[in-house]
Amino acid sequence: MRVGLFVPCYIDQMYPDVAVATLELLEGAGLKVEFPAAQTCCGQPMANTGCNDAARPLAARFLDLFDPFDYIVCPSGSCTSMVRNHFSDLVGNDPRLKSIQSRTFELCEFLHDVHPIDFSGNRFPFRVGLHQSCHGLRELRLGGDSEQMIERPDKVRSLLAQVQGLSFVELQRVDECCGFGGTFAVNERAVSVAMGEDRVQDHLDAGAEVMVASDMSCLMHLWGLISRQGSPLAVMHVAQVLAGRSPTVSVKNSIKPKTGNAV
Amino acid sequence: MATVSEHPEKAAAYIADRSRSRWHDGALWFVRSKRDRMAHSLPEWEQLRSTASQIKAHTIANLPEILQQFEANAKARGVHVHWAADAQEHNEIVLEIVRKQNATRVVKSKSMLTEECHLNPHLEAGGIEVIDTDLGERIVQMRGERPSHIVLPAIHIKKEEVGETFAKYLGTEPGASDPQYLTEAARQHLRSKFLEAEVGITGVNFAIAETGGFVVCTNEGNADLGASLPRVHIACMGIEKLIPRLVDLSVFVRLLARSATGQPITTYTSHFHGPRPGCELHIVLVDNGRSRIRDSDEFRSALGCIRCGACMNTCPVFRRSGGHSYDAVVPGPIGSVLSPAADTKQHRSLPYACSLCGSCTDVCPVKIPLHHQLLTWRQQIAAQGLLPVSKTAAMRAGSMLFQHPRIYALAGALGRRALRWLPKSWVYNRANPWGLDRDLPEPPAESFRSWWQTNRQGTSVDEGMKSKEAKNGK
Ligand code: SF4
Repeated sequence: MRVGLFVPCYIDQMYPDVAVATLELLEGAGLKVEFPAAQTCCGQPMANTGCNDAARPLAARFLDLFDPFDYIVCPSGSCTSMVRNHFSDLVGNDPRLKSIQSRTFELCEFLHDVHPIDFSGNRFPFRVGLHQSCHGLRELRLGGDSEQMIERPDKVRSLLAQVQGLSFVELQRVDECCGFGGTFAVNERAVSVAMGEDRVQDHLDAGAEVMVASDMSCLMHLWGLISRQGSPLAVMHVAQVLAGRSPTVSVKNSIKPKTGNAV
Repeated sequence: MATVSEHPEKAAAYIADRSRSRWHDGALWFVRSKRDRMAHSLPEWEQLRSTASQIKAHTIANLPEILQQFEANAKARGVHVHWAADAQEHNEIVLEIVRKQNATRVVKSKSMLTEECHLNPHLEAGGIEVIDTDLGERIVQMRGERPSHIVLPAIHIKKEEVGETFAKYLGTEPGASDPQYLTEAARQHLRSKFLEAEVGITGVNFAIAETGGFVVCTNEGNADLGASLPRVHIACMGIEKLIPRLVDLSVFVRLLARSATGQPITTYTSHFHGPRPGCELHIVLVDNGRSRIRDSDEFRSALGCIRCGACMNTCPVFRRSGGHSYDAVVPGPIGSVLSPAADTKQHRSLPYACSLCGSCTDVCPVKIPLHHQLLTWRQQIAAQGLLPVSKTAAMRAGSMLFQHPRIYALAGALGRRALRWLPKSWVYNRANPWGLDRDLPEPPAESFRSWWQTNRQGTSVDEGMKSKEAKNGK
């Protein structure tokens, strides 16, 4: 079985350890993982701005690069959703699309539904605030959201819940948007920052030590605010927690690549 | 020609008063929480939503026939039925009816349609006094403002400010802010207006084709007074307010109040089936762009909106930026779908006033895929060339960069290096709106692709400069 690792561009460039942790998890599960290095970006920033012409060639490249794999796994709900829910707007006539969409998984979804791994041997003795990313929640349905009255398994939380010593803090607004929203963060800066500050405050009020999310983009925005405020809150991607990384409370250093910690 | 008003600037101005923005957010979150509790109390909630959405889809698909059926049945009950193609026609029809009565005093209960058509200024220009009788709308009217929310028109105003307004216009005690005292003052004031009025105007929540009757939902009973005291009642409705059968109503009244305010049902759900003896009942059916939305495959389902306001209460952008930042009669997610349909250029920033969190779509009782429609609007706005050149150019440049992995890797390496070495003032300034309030991530020494080459392929690369990684693709 060949697994293609789909690493969003900003993770590749700014958070390589998230990709390394993802790789460790998949390889630790005995999977053969490849990283097609000609991949760049799935085109989400362009598509979300409405510039489909600019996004189209990127979606087409994605299909070329990832078609050979049995599974395509990505440590981001938002980029996974781009492939699964929005590529049809761009390359809907490509005969490979449907099959690729059905083979593309967000990491937690993959570890929950397709290739379960036991994390009960892991330890993470920290109070965790789980930031549910909107695209993970409402586009990929990685869990039930507070608007719909539908019970759904919470895939991110249930993976983390296996880890020893990890306790969840309860937020006032369990699934409020962090305000990142891609180009929204810059285009609507005032709203974006207000949303992010409120999100951080909810975690602080709940007594979280580490804010964990399955989308590094939300965390990039929230960490930017945490760091500016000097708040005592670390941020980690769920892959880093599951791969056995420790939080660095000095948030500025929390995402330095550390390798070799295979589960 | 309409001026273009941009949401980001208006939102920033509102948020500059952080305590007010927080207070507004909290007030609406409270309503949303009530809605959640109410929705939870019905095990069949999602089934109701599906049914409502199907009824509306059916109605919109068969709108011409259903409208004709309604007209015939309403006329058979002695109702005068009028048709208006647009806002102008609607206003003229209403003014004409008022004039025929030689009337000069009109009371009006809440109706977003008359707001959309700007009826009040039209009647006032014709020498008619129009008094909004919904308490929130009356407050807004006295202050010379517009409603900031379709269900809670004065949600942006604090009770102390209401006290100031009433002191000025109703002669209440200066400094008073006790809601009970202020409400009582408003009630006395409105009572005299009700008694003097010669014509009452109401909106319509649901019109039933099968019976020719219609339903008006309020919490204050003001529509009932306005419809019952004067001799003439004019009900104004958009053509999408139809439902086919009386039994369908049960689905919508259960959803409406729960979604809007978290009540099991509105305090007054009043049915009107024809004029009282010796009185007149008029219905004005208004298109004003609705047929055009009906013709579009992308936005048709937006006509199913029952104006509950739940999408506004849940929208994290609306809650923080206030309803006036949308500069549109209907603000929030549904307004950002409907307003560009009326004037794309003027409202081109609204589909971008959204983080695409999708909460509106999941909260909507008739399952309008609001955030998907906002994304579709972005595509249409870009395709119509209504995006600022700076944006389209940036997107095109990004696309070119991402199509060339080698250049992308090089640019990434240079960017990270620059972030590490450049003086702070070069990185954090006006040219970088991200960094005004947020730190940029600490750039790592190498990218993942570089790490992969070293650790998985054994080829160490001098990051970025002599990158061979493009060749290592598939
Ligand atoms: S779009 Fe849906 S949630 Fe928004 S006001 Fe209309 S019915 Fe309510």
